[in-house]
Amino acid sequence: MILVLAYSAVLLSFFSGLLGLAMHQRQHLLAFSRYWFKRFPTGNERCQSMIADWLEEKRFPILLRRAVFFLLGLSGIFAVAAGLSVLIGKGLVTDQISLGLPWLPWHVRFDCLSGFFFLIIGIAVSAVSLYGPGYVNTYKESQHPFAVLGLFTGLFVAGMLLVLLADDAFFFMIAWELMSVASYFLVAFQHENPANRRAAFLYLLMAEVGALSIILGFGVLASFADGFTFDALRDAQLSKTWASIAFVLALLGFGMKAGIVPVHVWLPEAHPVAPSHISALMSGVMLKVALYGLIRFCFDLLGDVQWQWGVVLLILGTVSALGGILYAMMQPNLKCLLAYSSVENIGIIFMVLGLSMIFMANGHPQLAALGFLAALFHAFNHALFKNLLFLGAGIIHHQTHQLNIDLMGGLIKKMPKTSMLFLIGCMSISSLPLFNGFVSEWLAFQTALQVDVLDNGVLRSLIPVAAAALALTAALAAACFVKVFGMIFLGQSRSHHCDKAHEIQDKGMLAGSSLLAGLCFLFGIFPGLIISLINSVAGQLLGETLPNDAALGWLWLAPVSTNQASYAPPLVLIGALIAAGVSFWYLRRNPLTVMRRAETWDCGFGGLTPNMQYSCSAFTMPFRRIFNKVWIIDERIEKDLRGALNQDVAAIRYRLEVYDHSWPRLYQPIEDAVNTLAKVVGRIQTGNIRTYLGYSFATLILMLWVIS
Amino acid sequence: MGDQLMNWLIAVLQTTLFVVLAPLLAGWLKWCKCHLQNRKAPSLFQPYRDLLKLTNKQPVVAEQASWIFMIAPYIIFSATVLAATVVPLIAVNLPTSASADVIVMVGFFAFARFFLALAGLDIGTAFGGMGSSREMTISSLAEPAMLMAIFTLTMTASTTNLSFAIAHVLNEGLVLRPSFVFALAALVLVAIAETGRIPVDNPATHLELTMIHEAMILEYSGRHLALIEWASQLKLMLYGVLIANIFLPWGIAETFGVQALGYGLLAIMGKLALLAIFLAIAETLVAKMRLFRVQEYLSFAYLLGLLGMLSHIILEASR
Repeated sequence: MILVLAYSAVLLSFFSGLLGLAMHQRQHLLAFSRYWFKRFPTGNERCQSMIADWLEEKRFPILLRRAVFFLLGLSGIFAVAAGLSVLIGKGLVTDQISLGLPWLPWHVRFDCLSGFFFLIIGIAVSAVSLYGPGYVNTYKESQHPFAVLGLFTGLFVAGMLLVLLADDAFFFMIAWELMSVASYFLVAFQHENPANRRAAFLYLLMAEVGALSIILGFGVLASFADGFTFDALRDAQLSKTWASIAFVLALLGFGMKAGIVPVHVWLPEAHPVAPSHISALMSGVMLKVALYGLIRFCFDLLGDVQWQWGVVLLILGTVSALGGILYAMMQPNLKCLLAYSSVENIGIIFMVLGLSMIFMANGHPQLAALGFLAALFHAFNHALFKNLLFLGAGIIHHQTHQLNIDLMGGLIKKMPKTSMLFLIGCMSISSLPLFNGFVSEWLAFQTALQVDVLDNGVLRSLIPVAAAALALTAALAAACFVKVFGMIFLGQSRSHHCDKAHEIQDKGMLAGSSLLAGLCFLFGIFPGLIISLINSVAGQLLGETLPNDAALGWLWLAPVSTNQASYAPPLVLIGALIAAGVSFWYLRRNPLTVMRRAETWDCGFGGLTPNMQYSCSAFTMPFRRIFNKVWIIDERIEKDLRGALNQDVAAIRYRLEVYDHSWPRLYQPIEDAVNTLAKVVGRIQTGNIRTYLGYSFATLILMLWVIS
Repeated sequence: MGDQLMNWLIAVLQTTLFVVLAPLLAGWLKWCKCHLQNRKAPSLFQPYRDLLKLTNKQPVVAEQASWIFMIAPYIIFSATVLAATVVPLIAVNLPTSASADVIVMVGFFAFARFFLALAGLDIGTAFGGMGSSREMTISSLAEPAMLMAIFTLTMTASTTNLSFAIAHVLNEGLVLRPSFVFALAALVLVAIAETGRIPVDNPATHLELTMIHEAMILEYSGRHLALIEWASQLKLMLYGVLIANIFLPWGIAETFGVQALGYGLLAIMGKLALLAIFLAIAETLVAKMRLFRVQEYLSFAYLLGLLGMLSHIILEASR
């Protein structure tokens, strides 16, 4: 039953992709339907006219678009259902499908870990499918064919779901490649722009290098096992060194997909150029699939985790979290900023996962379960709020035709509903209490504070420092998203387009975002709902769950024990409502103190213009100055001087470019090395036919010598 | 059940005391400062009069302002009050301190700050943005330092619940822990930065280039201003109580008798009065520093917190 749900989710997304292909086949479908009715005449005139009606030129694209997204949404719902049923039943089902090569059937396994990620994908896909029909209207009149978008969206979702189902290395890699390649076409969707083609190529390149690394990782495992099924790989007996080599390969491969610093560079390039609902899926969900891969590889297949791996994850995670948010802060492009912020959140997840590994290897499985729970819960939350923010960015782009934060402003009055939804996203991602982002960070802090049980002195001093870095990350994230919300929605509009913007009319786009915003709030108040689900994942994978403090009930969150830490979001919400209600009632009861509107204070000079507001780069200037080593900053002030002695300034231009260190430090040397190597190889390619014949002859002789 | 109800009543009483006494502390601080600076001091109850006056005035709101600007004062005030429910003032073991721990308390402050900064950006003037930007900068540097200091305490007491942590310190008796000395110093530095006192920010200034907190609330008037002022007085008191009760918890009530609670109230008032005198002396002696010196100040606070943590791990931990 569970497998049927899971398979239907995959098939539905696949069919939704295939249905997208029908977009340009209207003529053929029309001809076919005529032929069909001639061949099998039916008395039912209504049916005939209905189909003719559907295939009418104007209605057909709209109907088809809806049908494609309907199937996709259905696939999402089935995925949620499959995930929930396996998580609640704590089930585990396996199956074999005789697809692919005859002697290599696809092994399928659906357990709690896969189920949890099914849940994440399902929710995200459902929200996107509500949002999609309205959003792709933008591409109605452009040359971008909907067929391509629909087909690859379907394949992309199907690929992600198949990765979660895979139970042998071959099937896993096929699904993984399906996901990567399909998303490549989605990134390259608006390919007329050279920058987009470049971004897509970079993405494909890094995805393939990552895939190679994963294959090598599986290879190392498989050389100690008999076979490529995960069952065989689980039984493999590896020495510590080989296990570490496999871990490093897997970390490189999955980390490239997840966007860990320093292999994150494709993220800020690829996410902004894809259509917004696709960036939402890529950032919110695909990164989580990479996380799934890492968890599956390390905790399940490798088995005995070593504490050194945990330290590696902890350090990489800390660097990614801090680097991600600091780079995010400096981005003028909204989607670029969100992409960098994904790097930050993945960093946080890696940090907590590293803590979990450290506790696991030191023989504290219960604390490992706590860290694992915090990591998975943060992954879930990040999927929700990052999806929400990307969908919000899509709405803003749809209405104002721009993504540069510096040119926005004042949208809160023009787009009240969108601003509310976006605010919820910003509050969740800044981990403010009452929202879901806070709960997972709180759990992360609780995990880090359990460090006293460890014996290793270095670890005991390293982990609190990492916790402080986490605190810095959270505070910087709050600053970053204050900037985002403030610059986009508050103040006066800084450009003509924003001035003309109005609220989105499409109900589906608002519904998709509202669904996610509602879930962000719901799981912020009742985190126990998800935590009990993750508990069964931890139980199945680590063999250890958190003690469920039944005495405290569902209202409370007390991960270790009530004496150590507890948090009751519903009570906090009630307290907040009482405090706000009392102060509101008390202060508004005097009818003489009705609010009055007046002009904004302009220091008596008159005429406040939008240019006088703080801009993005002004807002982040103190950060730029304090953390100036983190970026490569190119700041220039150009003055036009006039007058006899060049003493009058006629105009001033300010330019600010902020670059990532990883390009010149890491990628440029690699690029140079590849180019140099290519030149060396190029020397033997003379272009002269005689030389090539000589090479063939030499090879032939060599072969003959080897054979004899 | 009756016990439970009683506990909740005392918790509500404690929060009310927090809210009611906060302006008095501000008045006392001003009184001390005036006397130190050879000025004539206003009455101790002047902050109450100011708040009352503001609530009875008609608030004037800028045309540009959106609903964020209007609801921000209520959110800031409520978040600060919620933070006050977490911190034990006169008694430990109250039920409200279990509903949220010290990390959640930091979260409440972040919540208030988030909306304060948004309100600063809302009206679209240069001052508001400037204040928001500076506030977010300083707080993002202060938060890790503060958590570092608090983690030292929570690791010693192995709980993040403030009430249990304070009870732990009480039970241990007077032990001189090097880690606590460092953590105390760090927390004091952070408290000064977070509550906007000299040398980081000057609450009395309205000079364009130096204001931080005042720049954000420049457009507020009437009841909105009253709420924000009250919230910042409350925040000052909260930090004071944190410092006083974590490091010198003696006197706080462990049982809920009238006498114990009375002693608890007297003890905390005495401690706060003393702390305020120290603060007034420091504010009189020290000059405000440049904005870009604040990072050095806060990284020093962070360093102290780190030293506290390390000395806990190296010197004091059980193994």
